[in-house]
Amino acid sequence: MPVITLVHHDGRRDALDVPPGTSIMHAAIAAGIDGIVGECGGSAMCATCHVYVAEGKMDQLPPVDAVEDAMLDSTACERKPESRLSCQLRVTEEFDGLVLFLPEQQV
Amino acid sequence: MATTHSFAPTSDIDPFAEQYILDPYPFHQEMREGGPVVWLEKWNVFAVARYEQVQTVLADWQTFCSGGGVGLADLRHGGAWRKPSALLETDPPDHTANRAIISRVLSPAVLRDLRSTFEEEAVRFADRALAAGTIEATSELAEAFPMKVFADAVGIRPDGREHLVAYGNMVFNGMGPRNELFERAWANAEEVIEWVAAACQRKALAEDGLGARIYESADAGVVDEVHAALIVRSFLSAGIDTTTYAIGNALFCFAQNPEQWSRIRSDKALVKPAFEELMRFESPFQTFFRTAASDAEIAGVRIPKDSKIMLSVGAANRDPRKWTDPDTFDIARNTKGHVGFGAGIHGCVGQMIARLEVETLLTALADRAERIELAGEPVRQLHNTLRGFERLPMRFQA
Repeated sequence: MPVITLVHHDGRRDALDVPPGTSIMHAAIAAGIDGIVGECGGSAMCATCHVYVAEGKMDQLPPVDAVEDAMLDSTACERKPESRLSCQLRVTEEFDGLVLFLPEQQV
Repeated sequence: MATTHSFAPTSDIDPFAEQYILDPYPFHQEMREGGPVVWLEKWNVFAVARYEQVQTVLADWQTFCSGGGVGLADLRHGGAWRKPSALLETDPPDHTANRAIISRVLSPAVLRDLRSTFEEEAVRFADRALAAGTIEATSELAEAFPMKVFADAVGIRPDGREHLVAYGNMVFNGMGPRNELFERAWANAEEVIEWVAAACQRKALAEDGLGARIYESADAGVVDEVHAALIVRSFLSAGIDTTTYAIGNALFCFAQNPEQWSRIRSDKALVKPAFEELMRFESPFQTFFRTAASDAEIAGVRIPKDSKIMLSVGAANRDPRKWTDPDTFDIARNTKGHVGFGAGIHGCVGQMIARLEVETLLTALADRAERIELAGEPVRQLHNTLRGFERLPMRFQA
């Protein structure tokens, strides 16, 4: 099963086993990760599952669509080129080893 | 019998019959226990009522499309009474482009700006309710509050807003069959449709409202004027009735559960999770449909191309396979994953503004009313799709 590492703002690290087909937001919520809120349940409406993708990995992920792009402009912490909404990242085997950094706050 | 597919058990349940509408929960249970997919012989449609299958269908928008309409009729085969919704009844890529426009207009940043206005209005409504003591809460709070704050935010003209309630009624009753409820909702259709079409036009909208911002996308060349009007229409059809029923259901649930009202009074941080529980426990939006875009399969059951599939989100939100004590209203429970707003690419685009409306109103009421209780027999709204109250006499005590 693909393993995704979430790095909290304070440096804590959580490794999640994420079944393929599951979004990283859902996996994080299920694991009780406090740095991901996901208020809208994965409809790309609340921008509270914001993550920063580790350097050099953006190209390996599915592209940002127009809806996610609109919502990324509303994140509580600064939008960067490596910003994604984790609800839009549905895990495949290729995600194994991905490292994501959590912003200081989501709301 | 060695077949690769199982068959959906046949059920005589009619989700549009009065008995079902008044108390859907025993029927939900029967559908859930019937199997992962059941066949509703009365309407020749499949139905899914278990949480897992509802999620599966919502997630797989390629196979279970919305372009055939989200009601009982197949819009592609003469079932349409209006130009299909730019959001609800459209599939990607058109859907993605339209949704991005409305997402930007309803973004968290925009909502942060609206919050203080909503809070001020909520205080006014709550003060009035407390001063009156006893009110008919459907008309005076549940309808009046969104009709004020939401319609103001969109920038809709102040006169004639009752047409918004009527229009929502037409749209959502229109997702069911052409029964008596449908006919009743459509009694004044011509006038309502005309009013709504006029209210969606650029010149009819306030310059600083959310509706005008949709037209800015047209100016930027992202959509044409016709589509901009259709996207604004989505605000008008989906934004009032749904929230109205959510507010009414909230007041009813708290009147029935005074200890939970005391809890949110003592800790306002509980208002947010309480609303999620309300959406799970008494989902205002009970059912909608998808259409199989190709031959498909749900939990081993073969679903032929063009079949209509009814999704009972109300039943999924009380599926004991997913929820512990599903029939208990408990504002402290973990409600993550409820499908009261749908889920996936068609998940309610107005959900964050709906949250803001209900949260501000409940907070203002909780700040003021030590007790809220029924002041008479509530009357359920008979409705093909939504669950809520036609009349809700309530008493508020400081």
